Amino acid sequence: MINKIYDTDIGYSFFNSKIAIISSSIFLIIFLCSFLAEIVAPYDPFDPLNISLMDAFIPPVWSEGGNANFFLGTDQQGRDMFSTMIYGSRISLIVGFSSIIFAMILGVSLGITAGYIGGRYETIVMRLTDVQLTIPSILMALLVDGIARAIISKSMHDEMAIYVLIFAIGISEWPQFARVTRASTLVEKNKEYISASKIIGLSNILIMFKHILPNILRPILVIATIGLALAIITESTLSFLGVGIPPTTPSLGTLIRFGNNFLFSGEWWITFFPAIFLVVLALSINLLGDWMRDALNPKLKKR
Amino acid sequence: MSFLEIKNLNISYLTRKEKIVASKNVEFSLERGEILGIVGESGSGKSTIANAIINLIDPPGEITEGSIKIDNEEICNNEEIIQKARGKKIGFVFQDPQTSLNPLFKIKDQLIETIQTHLKLNYDQALQRSIQLLNEVGIEDAEKRIEDYPHQFSGGMRQRVVIALAISCEPDLIIADEPTTALDVSIQYQILQLLKDLTKKRNLGVIIITHDMGVIAETTNKVIIMRNGVIVEYGLTKDVLTNPKSNEGKSLIISVPPTNKKISRFKLINPEGGEITNDSLNLTNSIIQNWGKRAVTKDKLLEIKNLTKIFDSDSIIKSKKEINSLKALDNVSFNIFEGESFGLVGESGSGKSTIAKIITNLIKPSSGEVFYENISLNQKNNNKIRGQIQMIFQDPYSSLNPRFKVKKIIAEPIKFFQKNLDKKTIENNVNDLIDIVGMTRQSLDRYPHEFSGGQRQRISIARALATRPRLLICDEPTSALDVSIQAQILNLLKDLQEQLNLTILFISHDLPVIRQMCDRIAVLKNGNLCEIENTEILFNNPSHQYTKELINLMPKIETIL
Repeated sequence: MINKIYDTDIGYSFFNSKIAIISSSIFLIIFLCSFLAEIVAPYDPFDPLNISLMDAFIPPVWSEGGNANFFLGTDQQGRDMFSTMIYGSRISLIVGFSSIIFAMILGVSLGITAGYIGGRYETIVMRLTDVQLTIPSILMALLVDGIARAIISKSMHDEMAIYVLIFAIGISEWPQFARVTRASTLVEKNKEYISASKIIGLSNILIMFKHILPNILRPILVIATIGLALAIITESTLSFLGVGIPPTTPSLGTLIRFGNNFLFSGEWWITFFPAIFLVVLALSINLLGDWMRDALNPKLKKR
Repeated sequence: MSFLEIKNLNISYLTRKEKIVASKNVEFSLERGEILGIVGESGSGKSTIANAIINLIDPPGEITEGSIKIDNEEICNNEEIIQKARGKKIGFVFQDPQTSLNPLFKIKDQLIETIQTHLKLNYDQALQRSIQLLNEVGIEDAEKRIEDYPHQFSGGMRQRVVIALAISCEPDLIIADEPTTALDVSIQYQILQLLKDLTKKRNLGVIIITHDMGVIAETTNKVIIMRNGVIVEYGLTKDVLTNPKSNEGKSLIISVPPTNKKISRFKLINPEGGEITNDSLNLTNSIIQNWGKRAVTKDKLLEIKNLTKIFDSDSIIKSKKEINSLKALDNVSFNIFEGESFGLVGESGSGKSTIAKIITNLIKPSSGEVFYENISLNQKNNNKIRGQIQMIFQDPYSSLNPRFKVKKIIAEPIKFFQKNLDKKTIENNVNDLIDIVGMTRQSLDRYPHEFSGGQRQRISIARALATRPRLLICDEPTSALDVSIQAQILNLLKDLQEQLNLTILFISHDLPVIRQMCDRIAVLKNGNLCEIENTEILFNNPSHQYTKELINLMPKIETIL
């Protein structure tokens, strides 16, 4: 099995790139930890029985006053930092993945139809992406978030927060997908196998999604990977600004925001560790995306 | 001592998995005033040798051994010497004149740059020399044209400019890598004449790389036949073409379509050197039983009436539309009768492919109509007619979906047209189809990239046959293939037509091929129909001036026999 993967060009490139191996293992570890949080994390930070205010503000284990029970220290409520971070990264990853999938579905279907059908429809879709790309994605997400908060009743805010966030980030990311998809579709649709499908009489929908889509997946996968890191960072930024995930189920961004209040009173670890964790997570995904872009693009191959 | 001497040249490409030998123990020599042809199928290492001479082999390729001497000076693997020699001592003519000139420089600048790099001339002298060169290669009004950009020249003119560039610093050797492949017959003739004249006049050594045996026969003194990086034949052109000794040589020469007569099937040579005589298909056990044979009716199947197609160039000012619009087809009418094979021939841009696209409804005509069995195809056409007209494309590398297995590629049209078929029947149909195009059933579980061009074209044919078409449109089906593969595919098409009673619309720019394939031929020029005539009458006694020209100028292998 491993040999077979190694034999393919992409597998070979993967196993010969230190960056790819390291970043993918880091990402895999974080991914597994966060989804197996109940097993991995020493405490359940959301269970009141586990938390004691007596344990608040314990520094990491290696500094003075550290407690071996709390490896990375505790926050102002006495929650174990390590556990909250793992639970927090789960929220971050869920929001990141869901919003990028949402953006992908929206962007790819608009892009592929725009490229294939062309004409006025294409112009409208592409101008729409142009307009949206002039607005920074974080602003776009803030705007959507604000509108959603105005519409949804106050009691529902916390419950709906995660869905609103996914929608807001997804909406701000789709133009990238639409552009790349349209460009690749324009190349593919002039190839003769598409003409052959038309002569057979296949419907346009079938040609677009059965014939063209599998052939343009590579560039889409690359921007999805890089977009995932971006989505996670956007989520953290929004949470840091206080419009994202509510404090009851904190994400990485929310944790950084809490910790920020204690930064100048000496309790640096409350904000430092989640921040480092976020950097490592985003960096590993980004490096993976960079490697993927190079490996999937034969023109960039080193000789 | 010969002018150019290559001894024991070994070139290999080191890839991750294996070492690919691109040339092995290649040895030949060339005298001044001689034209040497190198032929061989694609991938046989023709271009590698040319690139080795000017030390332009792309990594990971490298010359592992050997010597290349010009006038007894070793130039192999010596970048310092070869850089001075490139352009000055050795001129190079590339295949595609569209891309080998820098589009942002005037012709003047490109010529003067080259001249001043190698010769100690001031600007005015270099300019004078450039004009003189353009005159020499037959560009009229050279003083004015030299101020133009490459896009203002036609393909043939551009290739002349490239040749002018190649001879600008009085080289002793010109290497031309497929110099006429991208050009039309009449321009090809002129370019080859020009190369021949220059060889004599300037006493050059010329190496022409080509896959066209007609070009070899008409221009070269000596010829090399290559296969898998090895020289299999080397000798005087006449000797090699009339009496090839190796199996590869025999196979290459016997598959060339004759220009002076029509033969029923191409002869093929098996690897042991024997002639394959009984290659015809046996369809009795296969799909033909289920389908039944169509009756030979000779009725009118397709009628094309006053077809005109105008491509608008994207001009912003609408009033200029009439000037800028390009008439790809101008009032073309003809009929195709059931069971015949009808040829469409013409140079590039003559509108051949446009007709095919209109018949298959890929594009809409500007005016005029196409009738299939007296039903107009311009209306929303129903799937029944769609299935009866199928097409085989020119480029076997883009006409199959790379993400589909062969099985799926062939099954798709069957499923689409007969929705109620069960899995078993579909599988049987697919098996039958892959049998009749002469491939193994194991190939059904593989992806297109695992096959060669010829095999892909067979898959393409199987897909086209899957809907049981009556009219098969073949748009340059063999122009991307090597000669011997071309012969196999053409034989296959002939067999299929006979056994299934197919009607074929065969589109090609290659006159010898179309002569072998078609009963009647229509000649197109710039969207206008010149004449329609029975093949033999057309070739023996053409009435239209343009047809005469085409037939006279096509390179003929027979000239040397």
